[in-house]
Amino acid sequence: MTFNRRIFLGTAAATASLLAAPMVRAQGKPRVVVIGGGAGGATAARYIAKDSQGAIDVTLVEPTRTYYTCFFSNLYLGGFRDMGSLGHSYGTLAADYGINVIHDWAVGVDRDAKTVTLAGGSSLPYDRLILSPGIDFVDGAVEGWDVSAQNAMPHAYRGGSQTELLKAQVMAMPQGGTFAMVAPPNPYRCPPGPYERISMVAHTLREINPTAKILIADPKESFSKQPLFEEGWNDKYAGMIERIGPDFGGANVSVDPQAMTLTIDGDVNDVDVCNVIPAMKAGRIAEIAGITDGNWAPVNAADMSSKMDENIHVLGDAAAQGDMPKSGFSANSQAKVCANAVRGALTGSTVFPARFANTCWSLIDTDDGVKVGATYEATDEKIAKVDGFVSATGESDELRAATYQESIGWYDGIIADMFG
Amino acid sequence: MRRHLLLVAFLSAADGGFAEVGGDPERGEKVFGQCSSCHQVGQGAVDRIGPQLNHIFDRAAGAAEGFRYSAGFERAAAGGLVWTYDTLDRFIENPRTLVSNTRMSFRGISDQQDRDDVLAYLRQFSASPANIPEAAPTAAAVDHSVAPEVLAIVGDPAYGEYLSGECTSCHQASGVGGGIPSITNWPADDFVVAMHAYKDGVRAHPVMQMMAGRLSNEEIAALAAYFESIQ
Ligand SMILES: Cc1cc2nc3c(=O)[nH]c(=O)nc-3n(C[C@H](O)[C@H](O)[C@H](O)COP(=O)(O)OP(=O)(O)OC[C@H]3O[C@@H](n4cnc5c(N)ncnc54)[C@H](O)[C@@H]3O)c2cc1C
Repeated sequence: MTFNRRIFLGTAAATASLLAAPMVRAQGKPRVVVIGGGAGGATAARYIAKDSQGAIDVTLVEPTRTYYTCFFSNLYLGGFRDMGSLGHSYGTLAADYGINVIHDWAVGVDRDAKTVTLAGGSSLPYDRLILSPGIDFVDGAVEGWDVSAQNAMPHAYRGGSQTELLKAQVMAMPQGGTFAMVAPPNPYRCPPGPYERISMVAHTLREINPTAKILIADPKESFSKQPLFEEGWNDKYAGMIERIGPDFGGANVSVDPQAMTLTIDGDVNDVDVCNVIPAMKAGRIAEIAGITDGNWAPVNAADMSSKMDENIHVLGDAAAQGDMPKSGFSANSQAKVCANAVRGALTGSTVFPARFANTCWSLIDTDDGVKVGATYEATDEKIAKVDGFVSATGESDELRAATYQESIGWYDGIIADMFG
Repeated sequence: MRRHLLLVAFLSAADGGFAEVGGDPERGEKVFGQCSSCHQVGQGAVDRIGPQLNHIFDRAAGAAEGFRYSAGFERAAAGGLVWTYDTLDRFIENPRTLVSNTRMSFRGISDQQDRDDVLAYLRQFSASPANIPEAAPTAAAVDHSVAPEVLAIVGDPAYGEYLSGECTSCHQASGVGGGIPSITNWPADDFVVAMHAYKDGVRAHPVMQMMAGRLSNEEIAALAAYFESIQ
């Protein structure tokens, strides 16, 4: 065989361009690394693996082996779910979808080298990186509280042990004692979450400790589904719940975890349980990756890509995306848009236009479910709301019971959509 | 194996017979209204979202020929479930207590009289008592009319698969129902009609009105084509 120099050079150039083109990587399949196996990350990993049918190498980095959902954790506080029913493993994602699940923390992102460093020391290369790390808390947001106090004053705003601790504390309250909550400022994970929690704690106390009181210090003027919750609290838990809004000092609070006091606008209250839900920010790894602006990570609505790095996408609570609330449903919805876009970019598959939706159900009392929802579209500026609805006050018992049943169906549905 | 044993144990308990035979079939026809969006019964009844219910009494579960049952139902059938008065009574009281993971996302009929009545109605379409003539079909699979040209649109299942991501945050792709109805394996026409009924505000559910409200005719057809195709 005689080498013709022109042909040889031509071949080399063609090979080089093949290497550069992500769609046909000479050294192997395109690689997607997903950080965080929650509502956003698990869904994105599953959809990319499922829809690309092996054409993309998907790695999911998640420290915990069992994901305990925050959604429905309030129902656990109310005695409507057990903790086991809220825990889900990654086994099916690994076994049936071929996802490489690594139980470790991501501790570094090198955006130039396109690698992720794990706490265990290894390094993962990526073509696209998806970050869905959820939330962390803003330091110093509630005077007197930091994470070292979370055993005395739990936040229970991540699933699992914190929720169990909070429930144990509620169950151990003295008769006629006080349960206090420091509610978070906007924006935060699950807008109706604190108020559904109040309802569920009230439900439990009405059963076991009917003279107990609930005190809420709230920095916000108003909150999600407020008329529905207030109607429910008046009807079902009359005289039990007092909410102090910003007009009466609800934004001016401090706590003393040792003394078990909550001070609102200078008034010191002895409390038996204090659920401190501090101000939130994107999970720390987003900050480490250098893609946050202030507390959150800004993204392009069309594909959830970071405004600071086109090879990184941010999903769920960590993202500053526009009008969608920070919810599991939203994270799951955003993940599917992102998965479709990432697959298109890496394999040339069709990219369909982004569309988003959210519905949040809350339980107020036994068989008393309400909901709020909206649809959204991608604009150049943000994810923008298109249409929405909210349950009405004064609905029939039958409708409320049906809404609760629907929420149970939704829970099973989203879990199947996340974990296969 | 364990599941089979449990099922058999459960059925023998049910066979103890707490359901009284003796409902009012006329009233039962009205009660059946809530079943009729999925099941037909009577002359000319065909399988729709659920199997037709003629000769349901004493039929082995999962045995309607040509109907694609869920895996849950097939398991129950393999475990020897037969539709007697008592098993049907138990099933319609709460489908999921008898057959796990059924697509039948029906909350159940809690009132014993309502169950007796609807079973009396259904009994008319089974061999026993054979001397009652078959009535005209009462089941309407659809509750809304859609222009023929809209029904004629041929949907793109690939686009439907992408759009289905909007549905599967709630509806399970495996077809398991409960709280949120199953939408897999529907005849495409039924799917299209149902979605237009939401879009036009005829069906009342606010989430579905919102979701259907922004779907074009082509998108609805694409979803119908996709959901019809998956088991
Ligand atoms: C009390 C309560 C009730 C709620 N109720 C509802 C509800 O009814 N409906 C609803 O839709 N939503 C609800 N939510 C909100 C919902 O839980 C969140 O919005 C949702 O989980 C956000 O998804 P995510 O993927 O952004 O984060 P998460 O689901 O929190 O997932 C983040 C994951 O990332 C992992 N992670 C973090 N950092 C790293 C790292 N450095 N390396 C690797 N992994 C990392 C974490 O371990 C975690 O598993 C509720 C929340 C609360 C607190």
